[in-house]
Amino acid sequence: MGEEVLFWVMSPFAVLGALGLVFARKAVHGALSLAVTMITLAVFYIAQEAPFLGVVQVVVYTGAIMMLFLFVIMLVGVESSDSRVETIRGQRGSAALAVLGVVLLLTTVTVRATLPDEPTGMAQATPDGNVAGIADLIFGTYVWAFEVVAALLITAAVGAMTLTHRERIFHRPSQRDQAIRRFREGRPEDAAGLPVPGVYARHNAVDTPALLPDGTPSEASINRVLVARGAARSSEEFSHRPTPGDIEAGTSETLSSAEGADQPEGETDEPAAAAPELGGDDDATGGERA
Amino acid sequence: MTSTFTTLATAVAAEAEHGGGQAAVEATGVFSLTWLLIAFPLLGAAVLLLGGRRTDKVGHLIGCGASIASFVMGVVLFAAMLGEGATERAFTVQLWEYFNAGGYQVDVSLLLDQLSMAFVLLITGVGSLIHVYSIGYMEHDERRRRFFGYLNLFVAAMLLLVLASDYLIMFIGWEGVGLASYLLIGFWQHKPSAAVAAKKAFVVNRVGDMGMVLAISSMLAVFGSSAFEVVFASADGASTGWVTAIGLFLLLGACGKSAQFPLQSWLLDAMEGPTPVSALIHAATMVTAGVYLIVRSAAIYDLAPDARTAVVVVGAITLLMGAIIGCAKDDIKKALAGSTMSQIGYMTLAAGLGPAGYAFAIFHLLTHGFFKANLFLGAGSVMHGMHDEVSMRRYGGLRIMMPVTFVTFAMGYLAIIGIPPFAGYFSKDKIIEAAFADNWIVGICTLLGAGITAFYMTRLMLMTFFGNRRWQQSEPPHESPSVMTVPLIILAVLSVVGGFGLLYLGADIVDWLAPVTGEEHHDLPMPLALLITITLVTVLAGVAVAWATYGRRTVRADVPAGNALTVAARNDLYGDAFNEAVFMRPGQYLTRSLVYIENRGVDGAVVGTATAVGGLSTRLRRWQTGFVRSYAVTMLGGVGVVVLAMLLVRLP
Amino acid sequence: MSPTPYLVLSVILFSIGAAGVLTRRNALVAFMCVELMLNAGNLAFVTFARMHGNLDGQMVAFFVMVVAAAEVVVGLAIIVTIFRTRRSASVDDASLLKL
Repeated sequence: MGEEVLFWVMSPFAVLGALGLVFARKAVHGALSLAVTMITLAVFYIAQEAPFLGVVQVVVYTGAIMMLFLFVIMLVGVESSDSRVETIRGQRGSAALAVLGVVLLLTTVTVRATLPDEPTGMAQATPDGNVAGIADLIFGTYVWAFEVVAALLITAAVGAMTLTHRERIFHRPSQRDQAIRRFREGRPEDAAGLPVPGVYARHNAVDTPALLPDGTPSEASINRVLVARGAARSSEEFSHRPTPGDIEAGTSETLSSAEGADQPEGETDEPAAAAPELGGDDDATGGERA
Repeated sequence: MTSTFTTLATAVAAEAEHGGGQAAVEATGVFSLTWLLIAFPLLGAAVLLLGGRRTDKVGHLIGCGASIASFVMGVVLFAAMLGEGATERAFTVQLWEYFNAGGYQVDVSLLLDQLSMAFVLLITGVGSLIHVYSIGYMEHDERRRRFFGYLNLFVAAMLLLVLASDYLIMFIGWEGVGLASYLLIGFWQHKPSAAVAAKKAFVVNRVGDMGMVLAISSMLAVFGSSAFEVVFASADGASTGWVTAIGLFLLLGACGKSAQFPLQSWLLDAMEGPTPVSALIHAATMVTAGVYLIVRSAAIYDLAPDARTAVVVVGAITLLMGAIIGCAKDDIKKALAGSTMSQIGYMTLAAGLGPAGYAFAIFHLLTHGFFKANLFLGAGSVMHGMHDEVSMRRYGGLRIMMPVTFVTFAMGYLAIIGIPPFAGYFSKDKIIEAAFADNWIVGICTLLGAGITAFYMTRLMLMTFFGNRRWQQSEPPHESPSVMTVPLIILAVLSVVGGFGLLYLGADIVDWLAPVTGEEHHDLPMPLALLITITLVTVLAGVAVAWATYGRRTVRADVPAGNALTVAARNDLYGDAFNEAVFMRPGQYLTRSLVYIENRGVDGAVVGTATAVGGLSTRLRRWQTGFVRSYAVTMLGGVGVVVLAMLLVRLP
Repeated sequence: MSPTPYLVLSVILFSIGAAGVLTRRNALVAFMCVELMLNAGNLAFVTFARMHGNLDGQMVAFFVMVVAAAEVVVGLAIIVTIFRTRRSASVDDASLLKL
């Protein structure tokens, strides 16, 4: 009775999770929906006297494989969402037909099959408990298959490394090489490297252009990725335009106090969002940007 | 095998009394140098054709020298032969073994006897004169060296033809003269008509060559050899059917080479070649090779009366055809070509009469070689003076401008129509006599031919040298240089005295040839004097008709319509039309239909299969979209079908 | 409890997974749908194991999981490689292998 309640409560989650996978436009949402389905299935395994499998389902599938998926999704681009327009002519129709045929076939088989009202249960098969029974089988009857599967796993791991490995074709220039190159080829004023963002500016955020000693903002101090995304602040905003008041006030006032007063609170969000993007590109700051 | 040959050789010696039976002995002394006859012109041809431009300057002299050297050699051999006994004048010169395969053995050996001697003298003598004449005639042709090379090649091949002692070796010469003829007819190959004529001559000659091939193959099959002595010795033992077949095959070969009916069509077109070629190859020598072949094969024809009858019929038909064609042609060379056909018809007819006619055939062949070469060279001289104009309707009154040509031409003219005592009278009269002795119908054919000959030759003579001047060129015609007229004069002299000389001076030609051809006399159905009178009257009647038509009346410069017979004669008596309708068109239709079947049927099946497979794969290819999802649909459907099938099999 | 509801759920999940494979272009989603189909199969195996009172079904499900893990490793590596060269994770873009 309790199992039936469990089933009818949990099975809608499983189906909804599966539907969520198919209909989600973003892959990351689909992955989370699939995780729900898998956890539900783990519960069902446990309910069906397969606690070992249930735990493996949670640990291996939900814990490891789905995380692997999520990791790749992050790598590919978490923001990308798929268009629902079908591009292959007749694909939807034939897919529907094929799925319908399979559904009909399996449903007919399931319904027509003479199934017992109550299952035999695992009590007899596993007198020492589920895990012990499985261990018996793995290291007894199925030991050969087990070893082969182990070899398969190792092969797959090696295969994955081979597939993703990228050969470096060119010599990667060292810091020393770059410094020599700067002195040799660039303008003399670039030899010391580009200004760091935020220097002499009112903010030290990466989207804020540095102010040069003469007070003009330096475009070159901002990462070009931020410029390309439109996330950088415009340099006019920070250009130093001395007013008669400023001159009168002279330089007695400290810059830091003015800085703290002028900074609006809400603006700190955007540079933070852009930060992860820079993570992979951190060695590009400085002289590399030229 | 060797023992068989020796047995046969003795058999030949034993049958010496039979026509053509004269034991040939191994040549000694000067006779063992017979091969020099062929070697001189062959060497000349090799030098001229392989020497290239270096020999341009002296090419004609080398050519003439080679030919004259061969003639001198021939004269020396002739003199030596005269010194031998009347029946001991046949010599064989064993050169080398051609091949010896299986049961067959063919030796390259030469046979020099009275018959080949006559031919050697004719070929080298007339050939040398024509070589000399060509120096002048081809003077302005920049390819003169090549021309002389071809002429020498021809002379060498022709000598091999008449000197060979084996049909297979003779066939080499036979093909050699065919090649030379082809090259020389098409010498001015830039003219499409000359190229086409050369091709036509070549193709028609191939038909005749099939006859030769069949004849030689039959000899090899029946007698086991194609050597003269073996074939002639064992012809007696062969069945009449085989002998007749061989005779007919040989006749086919002779027809091809000698332009006899039904393979006569190429000779008229062959006049596209330079005139010396027409004189040498297509009048004096090569076209008489067929007659030589028949006379040489006397032993076979003696045993095959049916084949001989066929020879006579072919000769008679060609005789009249050629004469009729000659009457209607306005092209001077074509008129002479028709005349050549007609005269060779006489020879063939005579050869078909058997031992009674062989000698007369050769006799007429020799005199014809003289006067026809004379006439052709005269025509060439006229053309030379008339800027290569060939239509007689553009001539007229040339006797004043070209006195030497006119006189020499007149000698040839009188010789060919058979006015005594010119050469043609003796030879042609003998043939007419033999024909009447054999058969009334054949006799009347020859008599008719003589009349027509007189008509067309008189017509030619009148249109060219008499009557009103119809030429259209600015400067008047001129006489040819002496290098051309001297050969003409020599040939004219031969035309005058050749017949009388050969028959009554020194050795009688009939007795001379008797050891080779045999001898036989028929009784004439009427007194000889009466026959001669009838013949002369016929000839004079022909002359009179021609004079009435062309001498008294002015010859028109344009071509009159003419009656049906004239039109037919102008069209070569529809020989070409017949060939075209019966052989060419059906052949074309056959090849076209075969090509059609090949294209549509055979190729269609192959290409169709390929196209079907290609089209099918193009359509099947569409399934390979490259889209994984499409494949997934197919996979899912397939899995469903498999599961369903398994269930259907397993479920009760 | 009767095994039928479990089997019907398995059929439903399998069909949804199949439909997803056939319709979604994103390689990762299609891949996850394949995982869903494998899980649906596993559910059926576990259900039948219990029905027959036999551990073999659970063993098969176990092996399916291991093989699925290996498959995921290689499959994701392929997807990453393709993405790296083509800047796209769509299975339709990798359609050059055809005539």
